[in-house]
Amino acid sequence: MVTGWATLWNTTDNAFYFIMAISVILLVGIMGTMLYFVFRYSKERNPQAENIASSVPLEILWTVIPTLIVLAMFWVGWKGFIYKRTVPAGSMQVKVVGRMWSWSFTYENGKKSSVLKLPYNKPVKLLITSQDVLHSVFIPAFRVKEDAVPGKETYLWFLPDQMGKFDVFCSEFCGAGHADMITKVEVVSEEEFKTWLQATETATAATDGKVSLPVMGERLVREKGCLACHSTDGTARVGPSFKALWGKKETVIRNGVEVQVVIDEEHIRLQLFQPEKDRVKGFPPMMPSQKGLVNDDEARAIIEYLKTQK
Amino acid sequence: MESNFYTEPTKYNDLRKWVCSTDHKRIGLLYMASIFIFFLVAMMIGVVMKLKMLSAGTTFISARTYNSLFTVHGVIMIFLFIIPGIPAALGNFILPLQLGAKDVAFPRLNLYSWYFYIAGAVCALTSLFTGGGAPDTGWTFYVPYSVTTGTNVSLAVFGAFLLGMSSTLTGLNFLTTIHRMRAPGMGWFRMPLFIWSLYATGWVQLLATPIIAITLVLVILERLFNVGIFDPSRGGDPILFEHMFWIYSHPAVYIMILPAMGIVSEIIPVFARRTIFGYKAIAFSSLAIALVGYLVWGHHMFTSGMSDTARVIFSLLTFIVAVPSGVKVFNWVASLYKGSSVISAPLIFVMAFIFLFSIGGLTGLFQGALNIDMHIHGTYFIVAHFHYVMFGGTGFAFFAGLHYWYPKIFGRMYNEKIARYACGLMLIGFNVLYFPMFILGWQGMPRRYYDYPAQFQALQRLSSVGSWILVAGILLMFHNLVKSIRKGTPASSNPWGGKTLEWQTTSPPPTENFVEIPVVTSGPYNY
Repeated sequence: MVTGWATLWNTTDNAFYFIMAISVILLVGIMGTMLYFVFRYSKERNPQAENIASSVPLEILWTVIPTLIVLAMFWVGWKGFIYKRTVPAGSMQVKVVGRMWSWSFTYENGKKSSVLKLPYNKPVKLLITSQDVLHSVFIPAFRVKEDAVPGKETYLWFLPDQMGKFDVFCSEFCGAGHADMITKVEVVSEEEFKTWLQATETATAATDGKVSLPVMGERLVREKGCLACHSTDGTARVGPSFKALWGKKETVIRNGVEVQVVIDEEHIRLQLFQPEKDRVKGFPPMMPSQKGLVNDDEARAIIEYLKTQK
Repeated sequence: MESNFYTEPTKYNDLRKWVCSTDHKRIGLLYMASIFIFFLVAMMIGVVMKLKMLSAGTTFISARTYNSLFTVHGVIMIFLFIIPGIPAALGNFILPLQLGAKDVAFPRLNLYSWYFYIAGAVCALTSLFTGGGAPDTGWTFYVPYSVTTGTNVSLAVFGAFLLGMSSTLTGLNFLTTIHRMRAPGMGWFRMPLFIWSLYATGWVQLLATPIIAITLVLVILERLFNVGIFDPSRGGDPILFEHMFWIYSHPAVYIMILPAMGIVSEIIPVFARRTIFGYKAIAFSSLAIALVGYLVWGHHMFTSGMSDTARVIFSLLTFIVAVPSGVKVFNWVASLYKGSSVISAPLIFVMAFIFLFSIGGLTGLFQGALNIDMHIHGTYFIVAHFHYVMFGGTGFAFFAGLHYWYPKIFGRMYNEKIARYACGLMLIGFNVLYFPMFILGWQGMPRRYYDYPAQFQALQRLSSVGSWILVAGILLMFHNLVKSIRKGTPASSNPWGGKTLEWQTTSPPPTENFVEIPVVTSGPYNY
């Protein structure tokens, strides 16, 4: 989409190299002149200094020229900015929700995914928000970034003009799992994308009895971002691992007092919807309440899934 | 050594001689000792963070610990070291001397400010070990995270509030002193440029700091009483917090850098043995930076969700504020033309400053450009940029000033050779540590990550190696300076041949600075 001389300034890389070239020239010029003066006019070579107090033409010169240079840089940045903020008509829309500490992408047909699968060379507009704290969608390969702000919708768009898998980072600090809030953009062919998009694996399918509850639960813990903090292999991360969790004896802190509990349905529901009531000892009080985010059917599926994690 | 303020009899003979003194020189030294202790603590935290970054994944510290480490590193470095740094330590000691005054305008308020500083420091440090543990929000305390996290944010924020009080009162004190207590004959354009820079800084301290104070109190209220000002789940606006935070914290950047520029403007004429080039241009550019610097805070928020129009205006103003900084650099370099340079430690530190500050300033241009910022915002690029400006700039100028005024403050000389080696070591270490971060940032490495994907490994490791070299240089420098307080060769009143008033009294100065108040008959750099 970026072709020809007229639109060359639209790309981040060209603007970057433009400013870099000027900066290198300025830096070399300043340092070269400084070192030359210091050594050429050292005490040994120039015992008698000359007092030159000022020069109005010089002051004007080195105020006006840098002003013009920085205005040129501003223009370059602005031009590319307009390009980046003007979404082409007919862009595909994907809703992005950031939450501690995972991303969820929702496509126009309602399909949810934890990776951002995109068709090759079709502009995409991301509508971004957050469920809890500030996050920021950062896709280095496509040079875009925009914060995910709770209670507000922001956007960005880009053209996935390379096939393959690219990093998506969170670049606004959001707590213990910030550095794990990573997923991928997967750019695939148009046909492959269509097939993937049509394959309906939605939660409603499960309640129709097509998918068993543990299988649905397994998908839910992935989609809802649980796995960012809870591992399935026994390693303790921000929260306790799901492995062998069911029926385990844990010490929790209830009203400031340590209490022994056995992990059962009641405990899991408490952790999902009122986590502040029982904090598991040895872990930071980080679990966000899922009230309004996980419904009752989904909670049941997650519990059934946890029972299977031996 | 003749009688001086260290040896002259005072009211007390114990520790109170220091902590109850209203002598600006003793208060300056109190600040200096406290500031450098905190600097060394935060530096060691930085080293631990770089050690962690030698390899990916959870190694000897967890994600939560790492998050607390960079928060504490930032809070200490910003609020306890670099904001008070030059004005409170060197400024306190030197400002009345350069003005030909006996003390600052409000000596007791000056001591009071130091107590605010210590109280703030105690709060900030107590917050690490009490309540829910060390704060883990980053020094920016962004809402909603800072309102929801269980760590001890309230106390740390209250500490920052107290430190703000200290800074505001120091600014007020200096402004009054500069207005009212100049020596006879010292018109505004006969003031040394260090004073001009402290003057511009004073206005920023006085006018901008109350905003952060209010903002931080609101965060505490929000945490304690659920007042919904910033947290959207209670009807607030998190972007409002960002605005209020940066309305102070961007001008604060100029609180940090302006005094450093003042030091550079002092050292260059003395060591080039000639008058400064463009005195008025340098003085007015300080004021211009302080003024325009108020209007550029939005460039911290180019990807925040703020309106596009605001982003464009802030970008334009950001580029404009680069110009007066450039003007200063050009005038400094021109001041070396046809001089008669004595290349010793203070000038070497100043040259290192110009190199590092130029890189820091020029890389700021990349971030001012909207298009580029959308890629490098919140990455290692910005981390590298502000370390070049704040540490390479303010830090190196602080060290330059320390070496320059050392004989005046302590009445002794440091070892020149070791000072040069230390500067060289620091310069190398600094670039090995921070330059790779520019590349990492451009490649997409986000900041505040305790972990990193494999593609960043090589540069992360190189950067860690740089931290060891830098620390070796810093420790060597402090070793030299501390040892020479007792062991250095005695210094004369004016070892560098300076023309400003602090060099016209003995080293160290007597209690009320001058036996006779000097009369000024010409500009400050009259060679």
